[in-house]
Amino acid sequence: MMKSLGSIRRSFAPWADPASKPFISVRNVTKKFGDFTAVDDLSLNIYTREFFALLGASGCGKSTLLRMLAGFEQPTSGEIILDGQNLAGIPPYRRPVNMMFQSYALFPHMTVENNIAFGLKQDGMPKADIAERVAQMLKLVKLEKFSQRKPHQLSGGQRQRVALARSLAKRPKVLLLDEPLGALDKKLREETQFELMDLQQELGLTFVIVTHDQEEAMTMADRIAVMSHGKVVQVATPAEIYEAPNSRFVADFIGDVNLFDGTVTSAEGGSVRIETTGGIPLRMASAEKPANGAKAAVAIRPEKIRISRQPPAHAPINAAEGEIWDIGYLGDMTVFHVRLKDGKVVKASALNAVRAVEDPLGYDQQVWVSFGEDAGVVLKD
Amino acid sequence: MEKWSRFNIASVVLGFGFLYLPIVLLVIFSFNESKLVTVWAGFSTKWYSQLWHNQGLLDAAWVTIRVGLLSATCATVLGTLAALALVRYSRFRGRVLFSGMVYAPLVMPEVITGLSLLLLFVAIGFDRGFWTITLAHITFTMCFVAVVVQSRLLSFDQSIEEAALDLGATPVRTFFAITLPVIAPAVFSGWVLAFTLSLDDLVISSFTTGPGATTLPMKIYSQVRLGVTPEINAICTILIGIVALGVVVASIVTKRREVQRERDERAAIAAIG
Repeated sequence: MMKSLGSIRRSFAPWADPASKPFISVRNVTKKFGDFTAVDDLSLNIYTREFFALLGASGCGKSTLLRMLAGFEQPTSGEIILDGQNLAGIPPYRRPVNMMFQSYALFPHMTVENNIAFGLKQDGMPKADIAERVAQMLKLVKLEKFSQRKPHQLSGGQRQRVALARSLAKRPKVLLLDEPLGALDKKLREETQFELMDLQQELGLTFVIVTHDQEEAMTMADRIAVMSHGKVVQVATPAEIYEAPNSRFVADFIGDVNLFDGTVTSAEGGSVRIETTGGIPLRMASAEKPANGAKAAVAIRPEKIRISRQPPAHAPINAAEGEIWDIGYLGDMTVFHVRLKDGKVVKASALNAVRAVEDPLGYDQQVWVSFGEDAGVVLKD
Repeated sequence: MEKWSRFNIASVVLGFGFLYLPIVLLVIFSFNESKLVTVWAGFSTKWYSQLWHNQGLLDAAWVTIRVGLLSATCATVLGTLAALALVRYSRFRGRVLFSGMVYAPLVMPEVITGLSLLLLFVAIGFDRGFWTITLAHITFTMCFVAVVVQSRLLSFDQSIEEAALDLGATPVRTFFAITLPVIAPAVFSGWVLAFTLSLDDLVISSFTTGPGATTLPMKIYSQVRLGVTPEINAICTILIGIVALGVVVASIVTKRREVQRERDERAAIAAIG
């Protein structure tokens, strides 16, 4: 019986332990294509058994980094160390990593079985062992019945599984996944996300996944590296990235956010007072002490904003009056766009915990939006 | 069904008549009893049986086939390599020049190709004959193979080669285990094209030939200058038959594969639903 994810994952945080050695170490890697710098002086560490996500918009350099790990591209400068071995100059066919391609890259002229066996044959594994391993992989991805089919005789989801089985067949130290679920429809994608997590746990492998889908990264990864313009902007756990983004870019990139720009008026005793450009006085908990008069922004997630008809007790601090401008009913929750007096639109979401409310909020109603002192993050501008 | 207007019928008849009337006449007269080519004197296959006794024609046919097989095979290897280089290594210096040079023989007048090859063979003192014809045919058919293979490679998903490398196959093994099998149909049609071109080439062969190496088109041409005989009609009919058979077989194979593929895909989709 497999252990549940929680029992293992709860205490899994090798990056927080200074004594643990990284499994993959990317050191000051730069990759240029002509004049274009795809990856810019990038450093990061990935630990054994970690599920690590490289997240960013297209063209941010995440795929280039993955391809350098696989050996399809060579860094212009810097080095990549894998399990103590410098990978410089080692061709893809001699690296202990395997990759699952975005297009799956199945060999069209081979059966499912031969696709999975291909890597094992290259290693000169005895035939009986290959057959055994292939059967094992087919069972793992639940494709036993399809071993004799060619790729074009399979559905998208089945092809994805073949690609996964093929990349896992050699038991690589690291599995690289390039947008592995991009071609699947939403429902199948969500199911597969959890399957991948379970599989990674079961096999005890290190996974490095490239994705532009933040939900996918949040769901699966132990840690996420948010990338932009060839650089890592923040590396942290999904919760940290979401709740404590280190920059406007990350706050804006991950999930929905309300950003209040303003000026620091005072900072003392673990809290900062900020006057927003719209004239709302804010008081936010913050470990840092920015100087008075400094520009700052406060990022607050929609679900941490309350909507009420009456002003909250702490008004006017952390509160503002406005009218309901737009309502988006999503079933599990409702998103309100509240237009403040200065014209700023604040997004607030409320969970629909009961089926029917006696007097629901409607369009054009005057309401108060408010939030607690620890609801948001102070970002230096 | 759409209705055929008179104009449509007329244009089809005219077009096909223009294309096929000469060939049809040739085929009909190859079965003519009379020795006079243009006078019909009843059906006969005697000219076909006479072919087997015409040693000159048989020798020429044998030379043609050997030249065709050898030059088509060499041209396919060279043309495929050229196509690979042009598609894959898009960043090497002089790529534009190289690709232009590979295609030049496509538009070069045959007379010029033939003449320049002749000059070359004379200059290096190469004895003209079977080998010079073969070399010349490799030269001018290679670019056709390159064009066919290149168009296939442009739609080739290179990630499958990367996948093979990633799974531990060396570049050489990747080529033979993955790339070549996938582009094989294009390589094969390149070969067929090269073989056909070699089979019916007259101009370049005439320039580069020497004593003892006469190809079938050259033989036919030289005999026709002395007057068309029904024998020539017969051998041409056989040639037409061979080419037509090749085309039909190739298209049936392609169509079959397509139909099979469609059926498989439908089955796969049905299996999910």
